[in-house]
Amino acid sequence: MATDILMPALSPTMTEGKLARWLKNEGDKVSAGDVIAEIETDKATMEVEAVDEGILGRILVQEGIEGVAVNTPIAVLVEEGEDVPAASSGQTPAIVAPAAEPVAASTPPASAKAASREESSERIFVSPLAKRMAKDRGIALGSLNGTGPNGRILKRDVEKSGNAAPVAPKAAPATAVAIEGDVKRVPNSTMRKVIARRLTESKTQVPHFYVSVDIELDALLALRSKLNATAEDNSFKISVNDMMIKAVGLALKKQPGLNVQFTDAETLHFENVDISMAVSIPEGLITPIIRNADLKSLREISREAKDLAKRARAGKLKPEEFQGGTFSISNMGMFGVRDFAAIINPPQAGILAIASGEKRAVVRGDQLAIATVMTATLSVDHRAVDGALGAQWLNALRDIVQNPYTLVV
Amino acid sequence: MSDTFDLIVVGGGPGGYVAALRASQLGMSVAIVESTHFGGVCLNWGCIPTKALLRSSEIHHLLHDLGTFGFSAENVSFDLPKIVARSRGIARRMGGGIAHLLKKAKVTTFDGRAKLAGRAGEAHKVSITKDGAEVAVIKSPNVILATGARGRQLPGLETDGKLIWGAREAMTPAELPKRLLVIGSGAIGIEFASFYRNMGSEVTIAEVADRILIAEDPEISAAARKAFEKQGMKIITGAKVGPLQKGENEVSTTIESASGTIDLTVDRVICAVGIVGNVEDLGLEGTKVQVDRTHIITDGFCRTAEPGIYAIGDVAGAPWLAHKASHEGILCVEKIAGRSPQPLHALNIPGCTYSRPQIASVGLSEEKAIASGHKVRVGRFPFMANGKAVAMGETEGMVKTVFDATTGELLGAHMIGAEVTEMIQGYVIARTGELTEAELIETVFPHPTISETMHEATLAAFDGPLHI
Repeated sequence: MATDILMPALSPTMTEGKLARWLKNEGDKVSAGDVIAEIETDKATMEVEAVDEGILGRILVQEGIEGVAVNTPIAVLVEEGEDVPAASSGQTPAIVAPAAEPVAASTPPASAKAASREESSERIFVSPLAKRMAKDRGIALGSLNGTGPNGRILKRDVEKSGNAAPVAPKAAPATAVAIEGDVKRVPNSTMRKVIARRLTESKTQVPHFYVSVDIELDALLALRSKLNATAEDNSFKISVNDMMIKAVGLALKKQPGLNVQFTDAETLHFENVDISMAVSIPEGLITPIIRNADLKSLREISREAKDLAKRARAGKLKPEEFQGGTFSISNMGMFGVRDFAAIINPPQAGILAIASGEKRAVVRGDQLAIATVMTATLSVDHRAVDGALGAQWLNALRDIVQNPYTLVV
Repeated sequence: MSDTFDLIVVGGGPGGYVAALRASQLGMSVAIVESTHFGGVCLNWGCIPTKALLRSSEIHHLLHDLGTFGFSAENVSFDLPKIVARSRGIARRMGGGIAHLLKKAKVTTFDGRAKLAGRAGEAHKVSITKDGAEVAVIKSPNVILATGARGRQLPGLETDGKLIWGAREAMTPAELPKRLLVIGSGAIGIEFASFYRNMGSEVTIAEVADRILIAEDPEISAAARKAFEKQGMKIITGAKVGPLQKGENEVSTTIESASGTIDLTVDRVICAVGIVGNVEDLGLEGTKVQVDRTHIITDGFCRTAEPGIYAIGDVAGAPWLAHKASHEGILCVEKIAGRSPQPLHALNIPGCTYSRPQIASVGLSEEKAIASGHKVRVGRFPFMANGKAVAMGETEGMVKTVFDATTGELLGAHMIGAEVTEMIQGYVIARTGELTEAELIETVFPHPTISETMHEATLAAFDGPLHI
């Protein structure tokens, strides 16, 4: 009996995803455990495994389609020798708009909903391309305003009606003398859209305040050299970033007032210290998590951070590896910046922006001296944390970094 | 005769005369001003006479391949002045046809140069001069500038009519140059190179870019280069041409490129390094019309920044193609008449090069499609696997299609080989009608035709081709 393969929920919060790639073709045999497709969620590319064996009878959602709701049938699995149904086997409830039906060469009749609209009105003039695009996006043709010859609905009319998708450069606007320069149009990736949405939310809804402190690094750098010198065959190499993750972990333990999350009804105080570290990847940004950073050794943190960063760049993180976290670190030390302020990663209440360590003149007593100094800027959600606490926490952090033995004891 | 018209068209090339005919059809009173000859460059010194020459060179090629088809002949020879005379005769005949069409459409024609001369109330005044003397002043609320373009002159490469040729000299040779250098490998340079090579000249092409036919998909450029080199052309890309040393009846120069510097002596040089718009002496100074370098800036309906002044064709910018000019002429006039034409979509304008092999394309190249964010499906099909092409002895060629992988939109089609300039319109219809791969696959292509390669190249992008 034909069964539907549904769009899986790859994390508890996932509501929709993009069908990035089919790894099996129609007609291919699949066994339980075979990877059949790749799904792009807001932060990562995940693999989908078959749970049953059979023949991949029909692909219902083509590669590259975005916004496929969880539990939408994406393919039909049939038994050997069984007829392949034209659409969803009907074993599961009907589904949301995008690409409910094959987008293959032999287009089946329009969905019942679209058909009834079309029948009820005059003949609708529409190009085959516009018709297909409208169907893929779940837009009723009757709702579109055709601008082509004789009011024919064209691709541009579907694109104008919203629902982002790759857009080709359009003809110059008809009304005024306006010459478009050469513009390269790059459709926003799922990740870019999520970054845009979440950071806009954060900056508009979370009242940020910022506190900066200069921290001397010489003691920490000296300790780092000593520790790395003990590594046989380069079995480990601890970075300043690793040490800062640990230091932030310890500071959050010492001043737990920042290890919180604000909700309308209550403020949540976390026992665990899970540090999200911002990793820059070609498509944008992702924040894999070092859990229990206060309890882990520098070696463990170093190994974990390296592994997470590497898999983040390959787009292979599991959801639990980047979802959650109680506090974030954004480190731009490697870029030679003096200071910067970061945007809070909601629902967390704080993020620490770490700038470059550089030799600066410092005053000790009444003497000028040279020290390696780094400016760290804390961004805090003022709904949950007040200024004094932010300052105290930064002081605690400075104490730990400037007396770094606590990192190894 | 009244001196006031519904429309004045300046320039009688394929943009201007078509605009005048369409305006007349729509019931307007129309004047057209032409300084030289109706039909413009296209008909007199471009598209049409070169096609006549290329037909002769194609026959010359076939005559030297008679054995393949079971013929033999001795002492095959040609008479170059007769070939040129045929080409000129065809240009004259077509020009006469246009004068007749304009007359039939009751378009008033003026012989002279036109210049905008301010306003008279709502109307624009146009002054017409012949041999320096004003012969008429006419008025209209609507003026279409369709003055075309001319070959670009680069310092040191100026055409002199004798040793350094522009298109005019190149299509009226008194004798065949034994050695020829063509500078520039756009459609014009390539067509002349192809003509002269097929007639027996030793041809060198120097192109400053890293590939010939830069407007085409790189894969097609490469295939074209291979075909031309097989015919014996010498092609230098990334070329820097040194100063041209003119002798009595030959030209010497050095050409630098990544593969070294060579000294070259040829009998004639053809310069085909782009074109510039004819924007001078049009009286634009007194108007709001904006000019970017040598082209008038217009919107999707050919309107300039000055109300009532329009510009179409080459003078309004790329692509510099007769069919683009004609189409703009029609839509511009329809807009003036209050109809609702569609603005011209640049990616739906085909480009054709009538060399041997021919080249034709429409839409985006594969690399441009990817660069503009499309996920693509690409199909290819070689002429070698097409029955008609093999029967015709035309196995050199291929068709390449680029589709959007998500929507099935035909993003671009790129063809090289025999008769592709006659076939590209199939894909242009597909683009204009917004057909997807499904309609192209559903279409029954006649057998045996070379056009079957178009079907196969679509199948190749999706289900897979059948005959390879």
